[in-house]
Amino acid sequence: MKFYKMAPEDINLVLDVEQLEKQFTLHTQNGAVLDVLDKVNLTVSAGEIIALCGPSGAGKSSLLKSVYGTYRVSGGKINILSEHGMIDIAKAEPREIIELRTRTIGYVSQFLRVIPRVSTLDIVANAAIETGTPEDEAKSLAVSLLEKLRIPAALHDLSPLTFSGGEQQRVNIARAMSAPRPLMLFDEPTASLDPVNRETVLSMIRELAASGTAVLGIFHDPKDREKLRTRDFDLKEAREPEDA
Amino acid sequence: MTEYNFAYLNEQTKKMIRRALLKAIAIPGYQVPFASREMPMPYGWGTGGVQVTASILTPEDTLKVIDQGADDTTNAVSIRKFFKRTAGVETTEVTEDADIIQTRHRIPETPLREDQVLVYQVPIPEPLRFLEPRETETRKMHAYEDYGLMHVKLYEDISQHGHIATTYAYPVEVEGRYVMDPSPTPKFDNPKMDECPALQLFGAGREKRIYAVPPYTKVVSLDFEDHPFEVQKWSTPCALCGARNTFLDEVIMDDKGTRMFVCSDTYNCAKRQASSEAAE
Amino acid sequence: MTKPLLSVDRLSKSFGNTVACDGISFDLWPGEVLGIVGESGSGKTTLLRSIAGLISADEGAVSYSRNGQDPVSVSSLDEPALRHLQRTEWAFVHQHPHQGLRMNVSAGANIGERLMANNWRHYGNIRDEAIKWLEAVEIDPARIDDLPRTFSGGMQQRLQIARNLVTNPKLVFMDEPTGGLDVSVQARLLDLIRGLVRDLGLSAVVVTHDLAVARLLSTRLMVMRYGEVIEHGLTDQVLEDPQAPYSQLLVSSVLQV
Repeated sequence: MKFYKMAPEDINLVLDVEQLEKQFTLHTQNGAVLDVLDKVNLTVSAGEIIALCGPSGAGKSSLLKSVYGTYRVSGGKINILSEHGMIDIAKAEPREIIELRTRTIGYVSQFLRVIPRVSTLDIVANAAIETGTPEDEAKSLAVSLLEKLRIPAALHDLSPLTFSGGEQQRVNIARAMSAPRPLMLFDEPTASLDPVNRETVLSMIRELAASGTAVLGIFHDPKDREKLRTRDFDLKEAREPEDA
Repeated sequence: MTEYNFAYLNEQTKKMIRRALLKAIAIPGYQVPFASREMPMPYGWGTGGVQVTASILTPEDTLKVIDQGADDTTNAVSIRKFFKRTAGVETTEVTEDADIIQTRHRIPETPLREDQVLVYQVPIPEPLRFLEPRETETRKMHAYEDYGLMHVKLYEDISQHGHIATTYAYPVEVEGRYVMDPSPTPKFDNPKMDECPALQLFGAGREKRIYAVPPYTKVVSLDFEDHPFEVQKWSTPCALCGARNTFLDEVIMDDKGTRMFVCSDTYNCAKRQASSEAAE
Repeated sequence: MTKPLLSVDRLSKSFGNTVACDGISFDLWPGEVLGIVGESGSGKTTLLRSIAGLISADEGAVSYSRNGQDPVSVSSLDEPALRHLQRTEWAFVHQHPHQGLRMNVSAGANIGERLMANNWRHYGNIRDEAIKWLEAVEIDPARIDDLPRTFSGGMQQRLQIARNLVTNPKLVFMDEPTGGLDVSVQARLLDLIRGLVRDLGLSAVVVTHDLAVARLLSTRLMVMRYGEVIEHGLTDQVLEDPQAPYSQLLVSSVLQV
């Protein structure tokens, strides 16, 4: 069964990855097989910030995408605490994954996918509206988040299409913050940001965790990791059954 | 061979047409296909009406034929002659004396009776034809009572002209079910069709369709709630007989644009003139 | 959980010896947009038209459940009931606007036709509703009395959408909605469709050969080839982690701009 009751000591467990394997079979390149994740075990509890480490190509992004359900796993389980109990996203129906993404898991990438003609304010507010926040509340929340991330009011009615990479990423983060989920996945959220804004984003993430959100992220800068994380998780050594 | 069968058509043909007529009467407003025959006048000259009349005529009947309300136009004259020759029946211009009245594009002003039959000549029987050229589609629309398109036509009129501009062949709904083209009679005549005591038969020779409105049938002109059906009105009475409630034709008198409005129904106009003279 | 809005069970359709769709099954849930992608000849358009009842399938069943009520077998509806469904709760946006519009009546009449077919008999109300929908699809309401032939391709397509949405359908079928339009026009139309789907809570099945369109509009994706489903899953799953060889080929073939 997909759902199971948790043991009392796991009461704060939000994410429980068991023996996760991910391979890519590249049919367009003569069936070459890439082993990206090899029996990874990882847990994240409410309020924790786990920083994924390892060299480029170690599978950090792949792990996040597997947790989000974008990548289909080759083996193992990805148990996530939803409203109905723990569910293994690796075996979930598409509908169930969509519901998990709506209510339980958030994913923040490095880039904003810009949809033309939607204003910056609407991009941020809609994320909140879609999860049930009333429109006026969502809009004022959006304004305050954008201001916090130093996107001036003059830009709120414009589409982010012409913004710089850093500005677009701040809009991306504002959107995530307007409707945070119990489990948040961050893939290099601050890579394109200057130091001042990077600080702001990091403190926002810290606040999220403080309010009980479970955070799993890739933070490129070791200093950022230091400031933020509860603990590291090193994928290079992930073959060991124990966490680092 | 100088002898024709009574009313020109052979008896088998009449049988076929009568069957079609019975079907049509049983389903008011529904277009019944029939095997229209070659007639000794071309399509467009009333062959449908002539076939219907020929099929219901008996030797004792008195026949009146009008064309645009007049007994003396070419079409009326030649059809009357045709039936005189092939059926030997009495003909008349007096509406009250006729058993069968064949008409092109008008309903007589004189109210009709239960013992009379009105036969209409119809060019295009399908009211939806100009909006939907596919016969397969229009048949389905009638079968499924899918008449949205009919109101589209009226909507277009209002949007283009400010009012429903259709003035003749104005579509009607018969007995709450079929939408029918009343033939190119002016909309002025539509109310006469409603609860008419006479049997109304419609024949389209070229298109090979027969339809009917039995006596005392509900016939309602289509409209919108905020643009209700209205008949034409004239500001002057008939110049000849003074009638204020008949359909008037406009007659150009000279090349200076002088015009006169006279009753289209020649018999009715003459009758009124005769009675007003008698009154003097 | 609620019942699926639309259930397709082993639908097959052949044209002579050519199998266009071979035993296709899927469920569509309220609020979902299912993209069906594939190249020419994959059977995707035939599948769409069979489900929507525009052509009849050879085998298989389609059922539709409105508002979580008991599913209705669409395949066994008689024609009047099917036609009624098609002009009330369902909508079909054709690839070529002239297939989905009456080119010889005004824009307003095009939008109003479904209303008039559903017994709206007040001219003023019909006209107001038409104006409302012209605005919703970003056509200047002043063009309400113009004929569609005076509209650009993009405008005609938007008019077709308005004509379909006027009865607040629950399920919209779209066949290459942006096919044949200029790129900038496509972008605007897609954005409009995306917004309408979201604001009106529509469910949709969208056939397209353009993966970018699929990415923008669909929550789920189905890849078809030679009448069969090669792969299906969430849109991001199929586009970022395609499993089948053909899916990988398709995804990798998209030119990066």
